[in-house]
Amino acid sequence: MSDVLDIRGLRVTFTGGARPVRAVDGVDLAIARGEVVALLGESGSGKSVTLRSILRLHPPRKSRIEGSIRVGGTDVLALQGQALADFRGKGASMIFQEPMLALDPVYTVGEQIVEAMLRHEPMPRADARKRALTWFEHVRIPSPERRLDVYPHEMSGGMRQRAMIALALACQPELLLADEPTTALDATVQVQILLLLRELQRELGLSMLFVTHDIGVAVEVADRIAVMYAGRIVEIGAVREVIRKPRHPYTQGLLSTRGHGGRLQGRRLPAIAGSPPDLAHLPPGCAFAPRCRLAADACRESAVGAVEVGADHLVRCLRTDETATT
Amino acid sequence: MKEIATEVIRSPGYWSTVLRRFARDPVAVIAAAVVLGLILMAVFAPWLAPQDPLQGMTLRRLRPPGTEGYPLGTDELGRDMLSRLIHGARISLFMGIVPVFAALAIGATIGIVAGYAGGWTNTLLMRTVDVFFAFPSVLLAVALAGAMGPGILNSILALTLVFVPPIARVAESVTTGVRTRDYVEAARASGAGALLVIRKHVLGNVLGPIFVYAMSLIAVCMILASGLSFLGLGVKPPLPDWGLMLNTLRTAIYTQPLLCALPGVMIFITSISFNLMTDGLRSAMDIKA
Amino acid sequence: MALLEVRGLVKRFPVKTDFLGRTASFVSAVDRIDFDLHEGETLGVVGESGCGKSTTARLLMHLIAPTAGTIRFEGRTVGTPGLTWKAFLRQVQMVFQDSYASLNPRLTVSESIAFGPTAHDVSRREAEARAHSLLARVGLEPARFAGRFPHELSGGQRQRVNIARALAMQPRVLILDEAVSALDKSIEAQVLNLLLDLKDEFRLTYLFISHDLDVVRFMASRVLVMYLGRVAEIGPTEALYTGSRHPYTTALLGSLLSMDPDRRTSASPISGDPPNPINPPAGCRFHTRCPYAEVVCSAQVPALAPVASGHSAACVMSQPGSGHSRAAGKAA
Repeated sequence: MSDVLDIRGLRVTFTGGARPVRAVDGVDLAIARGEVVALLGESGSGKSVTLRSILRLHPPRKSRIEGSIRVGGTDVLALQGQALADFRGKGASMIFQEPMLALDPVYTVGEQIVEAMLRHEPMPRADARKRALTWFEHVRIPSPERRLDVYPHEMSGGMRQRAMIALALACQPELLLADEPTTALDATVQVQILLLLRELQRELGLSMLFVTHDIGVAVEVADRIAVMYAGRIVEIGAVREVIRKPRHPYTQGLLSTRGHGGRLQGRRLPAIAGSPPDLAHLPPGCAFAPRCRLAADACRESAVGAVEVGADHLVRCLRTDETATT
Repeated sequence: MKEIATEVIRSPGYWSTVLRRFARDPVAVIAAAVVLGLILMAVFAPWLAPQDPLQGMTLRRLRPPGTEGYPLGTDELGRDMLSRLIHGARISLFMGIVPVFAALAIGATIGIVAGYAGGWTNTLLMRTVDVFFAFPSVLLAVALAGAMGPGILNSILALTLVFVPPIARVAESVTTGVRTRDYVEAARASGAGALLVIRKHVLGNVLGPIFVYAMSLIAVCMILASGLSFLGLGVKPPLPDWGLMLNTLRTAIYTQPLLCALPGVMIFITSISFNLMTDGLRSAMDIKA
Repeated sequence: MALLEVRGLVKRFPVKTDFLGRTASFVSAVDRIDFDLHEGETLGVVGESGCGKSTTARLLMHLIAPTAGTIRFEGRTVGTPGLTWKAFLRQVQMVFQDSYASLNPRLTVSESIAFGPTAHDVSRREAEARAHSLLARVGLEPARFAGRFPHELSGGQRQRVNIARALAMQPRVLILDEAVSALDKSIEAQVLNLLLDLKDEFRLTYLFISHDLDVVRFMASRVLVMYLGRVAEIGPTEALYTGSRHPYTTALLGSLLSMDPDRRTSASPISGDPPNPINPPAGCRFHTRCPYAEVVCSAQVPALAPVASGHSAACVMSQPGSGHSRAAGKAA
């Protein structure tokens, strides 16, 4: 039981609108200590919803969560009130996509980090400030002493993201959650932040769950990749396995649209037909079937179970025999 | 050509979503029902009122509510209170709604033109509007009505002028917001002239919020109109108007306090219902919430 | 003669104005750029935030007025009696990034598409017929989609509508301002294929603005790299991608993420954030982050000079006799 994160049978339904929307439909995921797992998917795949469920960020009245989530042995779904507040930041903490929105604009970044630390571990303020400074150095913010007393809007995008990483790590959580942290950044800044995260992960032995829609990002940071579609994990395995030998038609489709270099100039991209699924009206059976070139009748009839296609490489597909040769 | 796009996600239109959200707000629905009731009462006043609101018998003056034949009592000239209150709805609602709609027409035009044109035009129009906006509305209304003399038409004119500035301001800010949207830029980029762009793209998107804002001013306008009548600057006697009734019944406050309160209660109910209804409408239109 | 010629285009935005309304300090979003757009090509424009690529697009579409510079279309200067802006805009149209914000929520899809032509004295009937045929052309069945409102469509479908709307004017040039950036990858591929089909069929010329270097490599025949309002490098796609001559281009290409788990990016090609456009560095704007910067780089603004046929770079390292230690030839 050395898994830092253990999700079993997670189902998240949003009940706010006209029809209930099943955003996550049976997710099982485990992360070992010191491992980085990437949740890869497009809009509507349920990756962000899964992530936010771990910190219980969904409004309780408009959402219904079933299944179990355990972080370091703690049953997250059973936490209430004070215990839940204690868990957030210490058990698990999150880096968000838009640092400008996630940081409080009326407090300096130093104050925010100190506040977070003092919430979880009482200590003299001066000590907390010293520790915040160390974290700033860890995330390679230049002139860290001065930057502690700076407001979020006075920092550039890349630096804000580094400050947010420092804030998330300041309480030394067991699990670090990242919700598309580099999507809003320029290319040259993105690569710096990804390298930083990788270094920090190595230095501190962090366990991370990293949500992204960009395959390149997943390849750069992850040990394992879980591909999500319509609320289910359709393929999961070691990063080399999934990238070199994808076995789910959706993963294959995704990978074939990227990273061609100049080889395809003048020709057409291999494209996945159709549009992303409407989560309020999911078809029975495999959610990808309407767009799948290999879909058979069996695929449309009932939900598809996981098939093992390699060492620790699972795929939710009935047609894995065809996909092996592709 | 092979059709790649598949099913269309059907979702309800903007206004039906707004209506549905509105209907789920019990306070707003009740308020809307009251407003509707008041409007119907005003429209059908001659048929609903048991007696002639203008005819009174001084012998029966200031009878308390519950008197035989006069369910809500009589006023200082012996006229039936119930009938006067019912007929009063006509004038009071008229005085509350008409100035706002007139101000809407004028203010929206000024604001939309200023908002779309920007630059010098905007500065010229909006700073002129600001001059009027600087006066407190009650003061302005009283001053204008005082200068023009009492009477329904004059009060309506005065009130219209009072409400043009706030509506113009809101119209300008909404229009400026819409003007910078991508679809307006796309329309301009197709080489269309300003009038065409305003007509096709701007109007449909700004009139909604402006209208809702204007509706929220009706309650204020009613109170202002009643105030003007109370001060003798609005409706002239013997017409039944709630504000005027408050004035004329003033002297009976020691003998028949309940009678004096009645017109005030009507003003209160009407304005708060309009208020709650437009609040509900505004929340319903805020789809992001 | 190129189809579109841009010379000395400048756009300055006031940052502070004194009490009389005169500009006290400003930011040069676009600071003297020159480039040609040849008929039938796809010119990719890449750069990070603050480089001015979107401003350039808006200047070309006359959504903002240039501070200086000329644009020539088929040899005639735009904005003169020979070629009015209105006539020019019939030839050049734009597809915006935000597919939802670019469509009037109150108009049906067909009405949005038909609007442009009606502004140019095309009859209602004909404009609507054009709208329907274009909807079919972009893969949306008119019977099902013509009467729909934008919020009823998905992102990819909306972007197709935007493309149809741009094509309704029957332009020669299409400016695609991050047109696929907001779409999911699986939809992006569909839309890119569509754009290629349309380009062939209608014989269009594309100006493809994007921050995604991978996509640009696939779509563009030539690429223009912008940095802080200036052109850093311009040249044929493969020449740029395999042999870039400006350190910024090299850094940008080095920031492309690896798709190979065994060969991950080991070092960032560049440090720091793109600088503030309000106070740009003197001389070559990139010199503060450039690993090869020398004194001469801050002394003068490097001109955009040819380094090979059709390939130019604004870097003193490629200019013989410029005084940089890596430049061939002696200092002048």
